[in-house]
Amino acid sequence: MEPIRRKRKKAYVEEKACVACGCCVKVCPTAAVSIWKGIMAKVDRSRCVGCGKCAAECPASVIAIREVEG
Amino acid sequence: MRAEKKWYDYLWIASAAYLILGFFNIMFAWLGLLCFFIPLLISVFKGNKGYCNRYCGRGQLFSLLGGRFGLSGKRDIPGWMKSRWFRYGFLIFFFVMFFQMLWTTWLVFAGASDLSQTVKLLWTVRLPWNWAYHGTLIHEGAAQFAFGFYSVMLTSTILGLVTMVLFKPRSWCVYCPMGTMTQLICRVKNKEK
Repeated sequence: MEPIRRKRKKAYVEEKACVACGCCVKVCPTAAVSIWKGIMAKVDRSRCVGCGKCAAECPASVIAIREVEG
Repeated sequence: MRAEKKWYDYLWIASAAYLILGFFNIMFAWLGLLCFFIPLLISVFKGNKGYCNRYCGRGQLFSLLGGRFGLSGKRDIPGWMKSRWFRYGFLIFFFVMFFQMLWTTWLVFAGASDLSQTVKLLWTVRLPWNWAYHGTLIHEGAAQFAFGFYSVMLTSTILGLVTMVLFKPRSWCVYCPMGTMTQLICRVKNKEK
């Protein structure tokens, strides 16, 4: 029997459009998001559970939740 | 799990108090300089946006009103409002208006014009604000600066509230001149395009 491959969701930041306000950092339940050098938000995808809280909070709407294999 | 609240998570109280105090004594407006200098100093010396990320009471206030109090439409901000030309354009516009305010202050210090006991909203509408002026121990110019600075703070709060209602709670953060400026400083400091 073939193992079931579940698609996981992860957050992706459109880095060039990010204003680095840090709203995403505040709502992330797994501390997967951080503001890199005051320039943009970066997601540690090994910690991200794809809950979408950051995407909902982001005032610039530059975070998207995408499905990834694995 | 909800993160434990830190002392700086309550700075929205300071922001709300600041706006309220301006209705009683305009000289409190001087305290608003903290919101200008602290973010700049953090970005210049630490190379990050620690102020926006942690200490901005105004952002917290919008979060609270738009989030918990449900006053935000929670819609996406239009693309042009998050574009670089708009953000930097608004920063330049804000700077020009700020220097115009400083010039008005200078004229009063120099004795070339009288103190105007008004608050200018949205850079256009002059509101009488004489009830909040009880004299000054220094110079009338200091009071003129207070009126001008409070005008800047009240105007930006109104803009923030409007975009909070129309879009997401902290939409102001997208085009906040201090946020744009500190991000620019961080870019330069960290040599990143």
